[in-house]
Amino acid sequence: MSTVILLLFTGLGLGALYFLVAAGLSLIYGLMGVLNFAHGAFLTLGAFTGWEMARRAGSDNWGIFLLSLVVGAVAGAVFAAFTEFVLIRRLYQRHIEQVLVTLGLSLAAVALFDGTWGTDPVYIQGPAWFKDTTDILGARVPNDRFVCILAAVLVLLALVFFLKKTRYGMIIRAGVENRSMVTALGIDVRKAFTLVFTIGGAAAGLGGVLASHYFGYVSPMLGGSLLIFAFIVTVIGGLGSLTGAAIAAVAVAILQQFANFYLGGTGDFVVVLALALVLLFRPTGLLGRTA
Amino acid sequence: MTTDTDTNNTGQPAADGSARAGAGKTGRRGAGGAPGATAVTAGRRVTGRRLASWAAGLAGVLLLVLLPLLNISLPGVLPGPSYTPGSLQLLAMCMLMAAAALTYHLLLGVAGLLSFGHALYFGAGVYGLAIILQNLDIPLLPAMGLTLLIVIVLAHVVGSISLRVSGIPFAMVTLAFAQAGSVIVGRNPEGRTGGDEGLTLRTDNLPDFLVGVVNTRNLYWLALAVLVVVFVVVTWVQSSRAGHSAAAVRENELRVRVLGLQPYLVKLLIFVLSAILVSVVGMVFLLLQSGAIPRAISSDLTITLLVMVVLGGVGSRWGAVVGGVFYTILDQRLTALANSEAVKSLPDILRVPLSEPLFILGTLFILVVLFLPGGLAGTAERLAQRRRGGRAGSGGTETPQDILEDAA
Repeated sequence: MSTVILLLFTGLGLGALYFLVAAGLSLIYGLMGVLNFAHGAFLTLGAFTGWEMARRAGSDNWGIFLLSLVVGAVAGAVFAAFTEFVLIRRLYQRHIEQVLVTLGLSLAAVALFDGTWGTDPVYIQGPAWFKDTTDILGARVPNDRFVCILAAVLVLLALVFFLKKTRYGMIIRAGVENRSMVTALGIDVRKAFTLVFTIGGAAAGLGGVLASHYFGYVSPMLGGSLLIFAFIVTVIGGLGSLTGAAIAAVAVAILQQFANFYLGGTGDFVVVLALALVLLFRPTGLLGRTA
Repeated sequence: MTTDTDTNNTGQPAADGSARAGAGKTGRRGAGGAPGATAVTAGRRVTGRRLASWAAGLAGVLLLVLLPLLNISLPGVLPGPSYTPGSLQLLAMCMLMAAAALTYHLLLGVAGLLSFGHALYFGAGVYGLAIILQNLDIPLLPAMGLTLLIVIVLAHVVGSISLRVSGIPFAMVTLAFAQAGSVIVGRNPEGRTGGDEGLTLRTDNLPDFLVGVVNTRNLYWLALAVLVVVFVVVTWVQSSRAGHSAAAVRENELRVRVLGLQPYLVKLLIFVLSAILVSVVGMVFLLLQSGAIPRAISSDLTITLLVMVVLGGVGSRWGAVVGGVFYTILDQRLTALANSEAVKSLPDILRVPLSEPLFILGTLFILVVLFLPGGLAGTAERLAQRRRGGRAGSGGTETPQDILEDAA
């Protein structure tokens, strides 16, 4: 029983990270049709700047940790806004070329991170409380899991509130639904593009800092490895659906943890299998719109 | 997505430097291509140019065949005179990468399939052959046949599942499958794949003329043969009915379906075919490198192939070849530059970017996508057209951008 609960919470923590990456990806794809390969680079940059800040400030207390979250999110957001403004905007409506540009950017950015911070993983320190465990029904769950879960839930709530209740949120939702109609109504959708990229980048940067605490290290490859699972999550959840991404993120991560433990480390393989099954029976994903 | 398929079909031979069909065939192929008078003259002109380009190709191949026997130095490009093993190794690698880029061209440029999982089949060729040679006592050719069989099954399974979606979702799904393959190799099940270390090629059952540094030139000729065979096969596929159907599916899938053809099967055929070809390239890669490395099955390799094809020019066979060669040499030269004393003594702000070949290649790639649509081949074509009297764009030619957007 305690193993099941431990796996469940570890899975939830990992799912929270997947969600933070997938949320931005899914919104960006839904609104603009861009598969953003640079999203992993946003995450890695967030992780590195968060770590760099914490290291200079002398790490391990809560204030510094929260500040590093903010710094990571801001770094991701700025990088993402820059990407949209300088690279994506020039290739308006040319989806594949937009993908290629983000791909080139991710190559260049990861190489630059390699050159700046080295290719080896950097081990990091958080507040002392992170190293402790909390006893839940006999399972000793590491505390950093709770932080990840809490952050993801807050981001989900904030995004839902933003999309449902604010004017820009409504423009984004309408844009995902029918972009040409929004343009025809005289609304500048391109502002929404930049906004979505910025929000996605902030979520990814935040995810980067949390991921560095979850895994205990930062490396230039961090973003790339999470990105692939985020792709799987967005396809399973249904492209463009935020709720779908949240459900799929949790489902994929928990499935992965259980398969890793009970089926001899086959987690990644089982996830790809799940993707294949979803595609065979529901090509649009769990909550995707039927084309 | 292009809507005016008719103009595209008739005008296409003029756009594609190697022309898939001569004047006589223009009317027959495609859904409703009306063979207008301009198309026929254009076609005739293209037939002449096609002959010229084939002759040039043949001469080039001849020169490459003789290269190991000659003493040619290209300072800055090759590490030494052309007969030395180091140069031959680099040239052979260029040709293998060009061949792999050609198989990717078959996917992206012909069928409009943006796959992010092509490395899976390359890696299946590399690791399949390495593992078979390691564990079974059979000669090289049967081992290659067995590997091919595995690749065919694998490509059918993955292809039939991932082709259920198209465009960007297809890209993501192929990426996921390739990642699964890469993860399995990294996990090193029962010590078979060697994990991060990779596998060293077991040479017991290999013919002697393929083993050792002395025989690099045999491997060079083998790589050249692979490139030529892949080029011929890709040309043949493109000019066959299946190739035309695939191009039609890329341009307008609904229309092909209305005509009663099955886009799914055509796409699957192209998918499997390019997987088979790239796995053969992978097998020769194993012989040349005398070992299997995890990079051969990583998504990095797929991205490298994509970069080569886009650098060279999407939709052009010569573009893919040139892109493959150009990228490989540039990568090698940039790595040499990164380790040179001149770069190491620079201040940090210059040293860090210059010592990362991928940073320069990635930036170059972005610049090409932004400012040189059509890559090297497209730019050369545009320059040639301007010199011939500026017919550019008048024949409703399908630009590389259109081909790319067809993949969306």
